[in-house]
Amino acid sequence: MDGVHDLGGLDGFGPVEHKDAEPLFEQEWERRAFRVMIGWIATQAPPGGRFRHSIERMAPEHYLSSSYYEHWLTGAATMAVESGFTTQDELDRRAGGRFPLSHPDRGVLPEDLTPRTEPRYAIGDEVRVRAWHPPGHTRAPRYVQGKRGTVVRSDGAHDIDDIAAHGGGSVADPLYSVRFTSRELWGEAAADGEVMHVDLFERYLEDPE
Amino acid sequence: MTADHHHPAELAPIEARVAAIESVLVEKGILDIDTLDVIVQNFEDNLGPMNGAKVVARAWTDPAYKERLLSDATAAIKEFGFEGPEGEFMVVVENTPDVHNLVVCTLCSCYPWPTLGLPPKWYKAPAYRSRAVREPRKLLAEMGTVIPADVEIRVWDSSAEARYLVLPMRPEATADMSEEQLAAIVTRDSMIGVQRL
Repeated sequence: MDGVHDLGGLDGFGPVEHKDAEPLFEQEWERRAFRVMIGWIATQAPPGGRFRHSIERMAPEHYLSSSYYEHWLTGAATMAVESGFTTQDELDRRAGGRFPLSHPDRGVLPEDLTPRTEPRYAIGDEVRVRAWHPPGHTRAPRYVQGKRGTVVRSDGAHDIDDIAAHGGGSVADPLYSVRFTSRELWGEAAADGEVMHVDLFERYLEDPE
Repeated sequence: MTADHHHPAELAPIEARVAAIESVLVEKGILDIDTLDVIVQNFEDNLGPMNGAKVVARAWTDPAYKERLLSDATAAIKEFGFEGPEGEFMVVVENTPDVHNLVVCTLCSCYPWPTLGLPPKWYKAPAYRSRAVREPRKLLAEMGTVIPADVEIRVWDSSAEARYLVLPMRPEATADMSEEQLAAIVTRDSMIGVQRL
């Protein structure tokens, strides 16, 4: 989905608030939220894409106004409700107020669920990223969809997240690192001497015209 | 769910929300707090950039190791015993006089846990994630790292399986230093690529 999490290239977020060092958890609730999620993952073993998508579905205004471990907390609670372990009402009641969860999953499985292990592209090949814009989870960022790039690394076949995230199980797909020029991605706002690499599954790619 | 009109109007404080879901999952037998505390403690004590620094220092002092690291980073890093979640498929990218590498995750927070630990706050925040792929040279300069105009900047967006570690250039005037001394000067930021040593 073209969600609020898909931040590559957006303007307006200002300077990076960098620190040389920081505690792993600034507040005790962050440690507890982390513990909730790793406990959920350890016992429920959701596919990585399902975990990430539970966060991507947060209301945009909630996502941008909350910190990282609140994302994890919201994702874990959303998955717990969707798995039938609790309800929105119970969480509200126990929290003594509103407990915002993520929006419903709108993902749909592609018709073709055939695993693929033989890479179609070789290092040096030109490819174009499909302007796919699926409604569910994907690892093809919006800023490269529809753009042309060059394969620079072939990483073998891996389970594609888009399918596992929505209950389609483990489906292998060849994975590549694709290089894009700044000019291709950012047009007149581009800079010389800057290239971007994105790791993309073969299902995201097509032959350039 | 968020459109549920039965919602209480008042947002529950974050601490109360953590307690709410935690108590539900403990009662359902999903969270075993004592076991999980051991895991969290391991993150706090044993995972962090001191691990990646050892890998870098070895690569600086042992050419054969560096070759292994650049050709199969996962296996070379495992030689130190550094492996596990978010480190299953490692790629090391080498800085040279002509190339500077920078790592980001625009979609979430992908980061090599076994070698760098959990990511810092700024790495997970929108400013870094949005700008690293759009104006990396400008961003780095703002962060105090000026990359000369004739050095190519290669940005790596960890969008799928690979987790990236930057191999920084070994600073001049370190010829006399031992591997252990070298590891002590390798910073987290140099292995993300937001700093040059």
